[in-house]
Amino acid sequence: MAKSALLKSSIAKKVAMALSGLFLMLFLAQHFFINMTSVFSADTFNSISHFMGNNPLVQFVIQPILIVGVIFHFIMGFVLEYKNNSARPISYAKNNGAANSSWASRNMIISGSVVLAFLLVHFYDFWVPEMVYKYVDVSPLNETRYFHELAEKFESPIRTGLYSLSFLLLSLHLWHGFSSSFQSVGFNNKYSKSLKGFGYGFAIVIPFGFIFIALFHHFNH
Amino acid sequence: MAPCQSTFDFRLYDFQTKNMKLTLKIWRQKNAAAEGKIVEYPIDGIEPDMSFLEMLDILNDELIVKGEDTVAFDHDCREGICGMCSLYINGEAHGPDRLVTTCQLHMRKFKDGDTIFIEPFRAKAFPVIKDLVVDRGAFDRIQQSGGFVSVNTSGNTIDANTIPIPKHDADRAFDAATCIGCGACVASCKNSSAMLFVSAKVSQFALLPQGKVEAADRVMNMVAQMDAEGFGNCTNTGACEVECPKGISLENIARMNREYLSASLKG
Amino acid sequence: MALDSKIPGGSISDKWTNYKDHINLVNPANKRNLDIIVVGTGLAGGSAAATLAELGYNVKAFCFQDSPRRAHSIAAQGGINAAKNYQGDGDSTFRLFYDTVKGGDYRAREANVHRLAEVSTNIIDQCVAQGVPFAREYGGLLDNRSFGGTLVSRTFYAKGQTGQQLLLGAYSAMNRQIGRGKIKMHNRHEMLDLVIVNGKARGIIARNLVTGEIERHSAHAVVIASGGYGNVFFLSTNAMGSNVTAAWKIHKRGAYFANPCYTQIHPTCIPVSGDHQAKLTLMSESLRNDGRIWVPAKLEDAKAIREGKLKPTQIAEADRDYYLERRYPAFGNLVPRDIASRAAKERCDAGFGVNKTGEAVYLDFAAAIERYGIDQARLKHLDENDNALVVQLGTEVVANKYGNLFQMYEKIVDENPYATPMMIYPAVHYTMGGTWVDYNLQTTIPGCFSIGESNFSDHGANRLGASALMQGLADGYFVLPYTIGDYLAPDIKMGTISTDSPEFEQAENNVKQQIVALMNNGGSKPADYFHKKLGKIMWDKVGMARNAEGLTEAQNEIAAIREEFYKEVKIPGTADSFNPELAKALRIADFLELGELFAKDALHRNESCGGHFREEYQTPEGEAQRDDENFAYVAAWEYKGSPSDAVLHKEQLVFDNVKLVQRSYK
Repeated sequence: MAKSALLKSSIAKKVAMALSGLFLMLFLAQHFFINMTSVFSADTFNSISHFMGNNPLVQFVIQPILIVGVIFHFIMGFVLEYKNNSARPISYAKNNGAANSSWASRNMIISGSVVLAFLLVHFYDFWVPEMVYKYVDVSPLNETRYFHELAEKFESPIRTGLYSLSFLLLSLHLWHGFSSSFQSVGFNNKYSKSLKGFGYGFAIVIPFGFIFIALFHHFNH
Repeated sequence: MAPCQSTFDFRLYDFQTKNMKLTLKIWRQKNAAAEGKIVEYPIDGIEPDMSFLEMLDILNDELIVKGEDTVAFDHDCREGICGMCSLYINGEAHGPDRLVTTCQLHMRKFKDGDTIFIEPFRAKAFPVIKDLVVDRGAFDRIQQSGGFVSVNTSGNTIDANTIPIPKHDADRAFDAATCIGCGACVASCKNSSAMLFVSAKVSQFALLPQGKVEAADRVMNMVAQMDAEGFGNCTNTGACEVECPKGISLENIARMNREYLSASLKG
Repeated sequence: MALDSKIPGGSISDKWTNYKDHINLVNPANKRNLDIIVVGTGLAGGSAAATLAELGYNVKAFCFQDSPRRAHSIAAQGGINAAKNYQGDGDSTFRLFYDTVKGGDYRAREANVHRLAEVSTNIIDQCVAQGVPFAREYGGLLDNRSFGGTLVSRTFYAKGQTGQQLLLGAYSAMNRQIGRGKIKMHNRHEMLDLVIVNGKARGIIARNLVTGEIERHSAHAVVIASGGYGNVFFLSTNAMGSNVTAAWKIHKRGAYFANPCYTQIHPTCIPVSGDHQAKLTLMSESLRNDGRIWVPAKLEDAKAIREGKLKPTQIAEADRDYYLERRYPAFGNLVPRDIASRAAKERCDAGFGVNKTGEAVYLDFAAAIERYGIDQARLKHLDENDNALVVQLGTEVVANKYGNLFQMYEKIVDENPYATPMMIYPAVHYTMGGTWVDYNLQTTIPGCFSIGESNFSDHGANRLGASALMQGLADGYFVLPYTIGDYLAPDIKMGTISTDSPEFEQAENNVKQQIVALMNNGGSKPADYFHKKLGKIMWDKVGMARNAEGLTEAQNEIAAIREEFYKEVKIPGTADSFNPELAKALRIADFLELGELFAKDALHRNESCGGHFREEYQTPEGEAQRDDENFAYVAAWEYKGSPSDAVLHKEQLVFDNVKLVQRSYK
């Protein structure tokens, strides 16, 4: 009974959501550090990107896990939202959610959906061409193409703006999501307060860092 | 509507107070099967020292005199401990004050001329019985699935002081045990989740040696029943903790998550 | 019928053991064939239902609330007494027994009280085993505090929510049995009549409060655990739904009602703030440890305060009357509840009351704050002459001790009790009277038992603090499960009792007729109108101080209100739906009968004892004057068609182990 209950129960779903979220945050952090190198040195950026793009471990083990993680987190998010909504068939005529909780915590589905939309564009922009380049066209290795590809995407002010906007929403998503995932896996003790502070820092530094990188390339073009 | 003075010729005391005039927007629903709607009731002569439920008493006495059906609402002890009173007032469970139940909410928290929305605690698992009265039987059924220590009554249980319990644990178990089962957590939660309620009971017993023996079965059974009742899932917004009239901490939900995970892994 | 209390023979300390050794038992297989109805799910009913189900009986439990957890036992604050002697301060079963008999002003039955003291220790063991989180010391052992003027520390507690924790313990034990199917729980049901077949209680008629349906339920025995009747005063610390209906219905079917006039008026409640008030809130008795009670010494000052022209802090020390300290120098502010209450009333009646209604006295913590502040200043080597510092330090100490009570006061009254003295006034709190029961807790109807506050048995004319919880759980966990088995032993072959008999039919029709009459009387006044009117008569004439003239008037006035009630009450809605007004009116109808019997009982008892104070019977100093020669008996009233026709039966009280003396607190 234990095993099936673990997969079906509300708490299991919540833990799965938290673990996939934590994993995605780790990914986000490493992605941020790699991108950040583009601000300081095109060469470093190119060499790390080349490593990530061609290392078999990254390509054939970590990348599929990441894709599964992303898809799981999103599907689960929508499933839970649907279930949670149906737990209150008639809504309140007047509800004052702001009195007891943050906008970010109540609207994870909105911030998450915007991030999802962004991700689709992002995949279209980078990942799909990358896959086509490497595995469909089987183009020759070019260790210096990455920086250029990055920089040219930020030429358009509209794209840069949308990019920044979606990171703003990601910031809100992380604002709640970081500490929430620790609470979900049962971590709530004397360290929780500091952890929450760290989470708020993470939710600001990482997304705004991405925005900074985008603006940097936009204006330095 | 006439001020309340006209409906009562019997007065215990006679003295001057300042009166408030309010507009009440109250959910009226004849029974579980009927459709409900918000109905507007102007009310006058409300004193700041009245409790919110005393204000509804006055409204009801006026309705009786006018030959209308009264507004049904749950209440009993009127001192914030029985957990019977509910009401979603102006968008918050138990109204705008903190750490109080509706029966402890006083009219001085409102201003002359205010419009006040009064709705039942809403959740699929809390079906409306009439007007503002809901059926919270789901909470009882969750408790029946495991919210106890299996010990029979006999005159020869071990002496109460045989097992010392660290004061810190006893105090935290007590804090969790002060839950009054009112359902404000469910009503406030955007997901209608009952996790704060369930975790309070799970925590109380998980923290005491007497409860440890059955801890794994208890948490598995109570969570299974909670899910079966149709409550939503917790997304850690923290609304429940803020609106809880007894200040039950979110720490309990984290503890329940831990207990549940360890029980599941043990199989 | 002569009253037989069925007290077993032998010495007081052996009675219960001997009794248990010789009663009839029902074997486990046969318990499965026996049904028991329990009405009420507070400490007494909840613990009884759980224990009976554990033993194997089929229990049908009823409560009017939406869950058994909400019974008003939940509101008890202070604690529960038990003769554990964990503090090693000389406590014993006998001492608890003695204190309870004396505290009850020698109007309780010795054998019952001794049994209560004997099982008190089992209660604590049982509750701890259930996971009740009692307060503990740093060493991990249970903590105690002293309470209600006794000389030992025997009160176990869980902060200010002892009743809640104990009730949740009983509720969890019930839940276990509900889950196993041994208790069939009927929430939101009100018992409206008792069914007697061949002279024995065999079932009840109950109204489903959700659907309005009138239901028949049968059983081999019926247990009434429906609590006290303090709401006959309209304003009390009882819950809004607390009622006498179940107890009154069995009275009308033949159960004698004992000592209805014994009512406890608790001295420290938050005063009435206006005529809208629906109920009163208690502040724990513990506040009297540090608070000093006073009123202005001059009438003109009191008047100025009432009119808002003066503040209490502006009254000079010399112009204050610390009347308890003045009248009772030995006990001061810590005199027992009945005495403190009467003294407050005496001052307010004389015109010294301090709130707008004229019915409040001050409970002042300024002296305590100063005393603790100076202590702290010395301890911390700070300047004890710095007034602001002393007040700040003292306030911290007081907040640590009573913070939650002060906060509750501030929420209700909207005044800061650290800066301005609290206002308090006595309020109806507990009723010692109730259905008469013998040693087996059986009423004068065979098969109908009454436990907890709904019976009369253990507290005499005044209950000690922290003893109500003890009695409720003793009856439910440890007494009734034995005594009911003795009664049921001959019934094992009966099989299920049919609800189709003419007796059920008659009882159901009886209930339906009353409802139809109330619904269709063409009246125009809310039920509360009559309840408030009854309450005012009760408070003014049958309250803290009573006299023959007032009591006679009260009886006539209550009878008149009752008549008016049936003609004039207006119940909206329908009888076959959720109708709180109908439920309320049915309860008020019974209060209107009980109130009259209450006054009749108070009038017949020509003495003052405990909570019953007759102005004609007082010592020259104004203290209660008992008459042991003529009134050392339980007054059990038999219903004869109307409260005024009730017939008195006397159970003489015999005191073999406690010497009767006059209480003195000077």
